[in-house]
Amino acid sequence: MAFPALTFVAVFSLYPAMDSFLLSLYSDFPGPERSFVGFGHYAELLQDPVAHQAFIVTLGFVLLSTTLELLMGTGIALVVHERFKGRGWVRAAVLIPWAIPTVVASQMWRFLLNDQYGAINAILFGDRVDAYVPWLADPWMAFGAIILADVWKTSSFAGLLVLAGLQVIPEETYDAARVDGATAWQRFRHITLPLLKPALLTALLFRTIDAFRVFDLVFVMTQGGPGDATQVIQFYGYKTLFTEGRVGYGTTISVTVFVAMAILSLFYVRTVGSKLLQRESA
Amino acid sequence: MTHRPVLLGGIFLAVLGSLCPFLWFILTSFKSQILVEAIPPTWWPDGSLVFYASALFEHRLLHYVRNSVIVAGSTTVIALVVATPAAYALARLRLPGKTWVLGGLLCVAMFPPIVIAGPVWQILERLGGLNTHWGLVLPYVSLTLPLAVWILTTFFHELPVELEEAARIDGCTTWQALYKIMLPLATPGLFTAAILTFIYAWNEFFFALLILTDPERQTLPVGIALFQGEFIMPWGEIAAASVIATLPLIILVLLFQRGIINGLSAGAVKG
Repeated sequence: MAFPALTFVAVFSLYPAMDSFLLSLYSDFPGPERSFVGFGHYAELLQDPVAHQAFIVTLGFVLLSTTLELLMGTGIALVVHERFKGRGWVRAAVLIPWAIPTVVASQMWRFLLNDQYGAINAILFGDRVDAYVPWLADPWMAFGAIILADVWKTSSFAGLLVLAGLQVIPEETYDAARVDGATAWQRFRHITLPLLKPALLTALLFRTIDAFRVFDLVFVMTQGGPGDATQVIQFYGYKTLFTEGRVGYGTTISVTVFVAMAILSLFYVRTVGSKLLQRESA
Repeated sequence: MTHRPVLLGGIFLAVLGSLCPFLWFILTSFKSQILVEAIPPTWWPDGSLVFYASALFEHRLLHYVRNSVIVAGSTTVIALVVATPAAYALARLRLPGKTWVLGGLLCVAMFPPIVIAGPVWQILERLGGLNTHWGLVLPYVSLTLPLAVWILTTFFHELPVELEEAARIDGCTTWQALYKIMLPLATPGLFTAAILTFIYAWNEFFFALLILTDPERQTLPVGIALFQGEFIMPWGEIAAASVIATLPLIILVLLFQRGIINGLSAGAVKG
């Protein structure tokens, strides 16, 4: 019964991933001159300054955006976990950024940050038009802009995972703490936070894996620019593979993204996860 | 309650922060060209529908809408038809290594698209699937299957086994038990999986960009990302197109907020 599903996944996910690895061991262009180069492209990658920059940008993006999303997500989760009138509407409102297509969110932020017609400049500087900032033309600001757009779009998803964690904390634990005279902050710090750790780890993992895939935001908002300031690795891989048609080197980049992502995820699971287990058994 | 003001502040900030940026885009879509280009920007629109007309007729937006409906609709139907028996088998039957299958599916769902993009493109080139809707639907089904299978498996798990046992005793086969007994009970789960699959396929950009290079066949995200004016950025038209592309999703969220939240956390946490 599971056969059709497994076939789909095998043909369109597993086989392509393995084939990417094989392709990365061959020279770039298909045809009679194609030859086996072993790990030659990987050696090239180590020497490629554009790739180095792309890896640093990606890592910075992943670390900053996931941290902010976890903070915002926890805030959102704490709010929508409370019981109040109209909670369903608030939950729906918070989910809307998650539902909006990333391409739409990217165009929206690009317009909000526009140097002449953008709302952000209008809010910050009002009529002082000469003070308007061309946000996306500055390398650091542009980097900040893609993080801002990602945080806006996906904090609510992180929030949902944290909310699921909040919902399994039994209400009695809080009652007991209240009887003992614990303040709201003490209850959060000593009950909610420790019990929330598994959910936070899950949210961190999911957001990290997803942040490594960032592409739409960069494609629409900055095209990797200005300079290479927002060129994330997935965008560099896309350009190498599909714009330049360098199959061998392009797949080398993509396989490396995969490995980097897997290593960071494993690192989280091993360090954060094992600390968690120790505390639980202690 | 001592923290009532804090809670109210939190609700206010969360709602405002979530909605305001897009609200500005909605306001923009109802402006006329003069207001969009006003410096400093003005807040209130003059209720002009110029950009909607231009997006619909000059930029042929309905074309993109139609393509998106075809692609997202077929992806949803096929993914569910394929995922349901798989999830049922994983939830109910004694299969060797089924935890490995579920774990494997989760891993596959995490592949960065770029890792599979090159070979998928080559497969579709060989099959003649480039620039066709089915050529995009095939990888979409594969990419949405893991989440659909996860959601449905959790759902089937929670249904009582006794019902099927009774059905078996009455002579139902496994397939009959699934279609006659379990499916009607699992409708909410199917619905959730369908909504999430649809939203994924409706929003996906990376593969759509690679596979559909012919404007006749492109989906909404590709159309909106590549929107170009002759001389200036057509912000008004982009805003109008964005509102049209987002409207179905906002309706889905408003109607099925509860199911979406349960489905997303089922895929992520309950494993």
